[in-house]
Amino acid sequence: MRYVAPTSVDEARSLLVDNPGSRVFAGATDLIPQIRAGRPQPSVMVDLKRIDRLTSVSHRDGGWAIGAATPTAALTANPEFATMFPGLSEASGLIGSDQIQNRSSWGGNVANASPAADSVPALVANDAQVVIASAGGTRTAAVDEIITGPGQTSLGDGEFIIEFTLADMAAGTSDAYLRIIPRTEMDIAVVGAGVRLTMDGPTVAAAKIVLGAVAPTAIRVGEAEAALVGNTLDEATLAEAAEAASAACNPINDKRGTIEYRRQVAGVLTKRCLLIAADRAQNGTA
Amino acid sequence: MNRTHVNCTVNGDDVDFLAADGISLLDALRDELGLTGSKEGCGTGDCGACSILIDGKLNCSCLVLAPEAEGAEIVTVEGIADGDHLHPLQQTFLEGAALQCGICTPGFLVAAKALLDTNPDPTETEIRYALAGNLCRCTGYDKIIRSVQEAAVQLREVAK
Repeated sequence: MRYVAPTSVDEARSLLVDNPGSRVFAGATDLIPQIRAGRPQPSVMVDLKRIDRLTSVSHRDGGWAIGAATPTAALTANPEFATMFPGLSEASGLIGSDQIQNRSSWGGNVANASPAADSVPALVANDAQVVIASAGGTRTAAVDEIITGPGQTSLGDGEFIIEFTLADMAAGTSDAYLRIIPRTEMDIAVVGAGVRLTMDGPTVAAAKIVLGAVAPTAIRVGEAEAALVGNTLDEATLAEAAEAASAACNPINDKRGTIEYRRQVAGVLTKRCLLIAADRAQNGTA
Repeated sequence: MNRTHVNCTVNGDDVDFLAADGISLLDALRDELGLTGSKEGCGTGDCGACSILIDGKLNCSCLVLAPEAEGAEIVTVEGIADGDHLHPLQQTFLEGAALQCGICTPGFLVAAKALLDTNPDPTETEIRYALAGNLCRCTGYDKIIRSVQEAAVQLREVAK
């Protein structure tokens, strides 16, 4: 195994193309444990953190470009980012301990493609796009186009995520993310719910609801979104959205939760997230 | 396996070592530099026994490849005392019996230092969250939390 730390996207792309069996990494918080657990050791480990673009955060012209290897701790500590995207910031801050936060990145969280990845529902709810280095240069895709199944992505050989782009949160719009785990800290989501709402006074003008850990990939719950738009968040509307969220789940049974539990909690978290996001959207915390 | 020549500072000293590319920074610290304070508990970033500071940031050294340390400033548990004078955290851990078997202690000390360096007056809740990445199977945590609180008081006195 060889370690290389390229300083440009082109150099990293060439390393991947020239070395079959090579892997890119940022924090390696998933990759190193996977290798320890018996996955094949990469021929070359390509450290992306010495490429400026991969660790830079910029906000200009109504949007954000966030390097795919940026530590999540740097995002949650960025007041401008955390204020504009409170839910996405909270989701990012839930990935592991302080130790992990200084290494974990959106690029890794997305490329690792765990169904329980905390950043993913919040990224999808916020229409995050990714810029991908590929053989012909770069291409762009939505986050939910990247993840195709547990541990599976649509990234081709030699491709890697360079950065994420986000449009500024529009007026009257905000987000929220909640997850449930069996303990207070340091566990993997049993259910995660990411919501983004645009409010027109008390009425929902637009909604995105994305659930994690209840299906092979994060899922968008269009039925719940449809139940909300044009309505106020009264008990009946919230109940309808929660029911649609529960119905959309296709979860597994495991030691963290049963299928029945995950279904029920998905509805409860959806309802709670909607109320948080609506409050933020109406009271201008975004 | 390829080997890389790594230059960095550890506890204020310039060091260089030759590391196989696949080994962790934890193994390099222990086996190449003889700094055996940092421990391997889980090897997967869950237990925090290998916690060190890299450029001031708390990290699990088991999840860092040794060559990544090129140019970095590293602090391990061996570097937190001032010569023969224990760091207040070390002293309060001793006085508060915040350890039994001691395997987790270096990681707790480094993680607690990382917390107090950035937040000199943390609440109990903040301490518990900041130390959530460090596991102790002996003490039940309360003595550790109280010792960190006491060290925070002492450090604030010194800073006055």
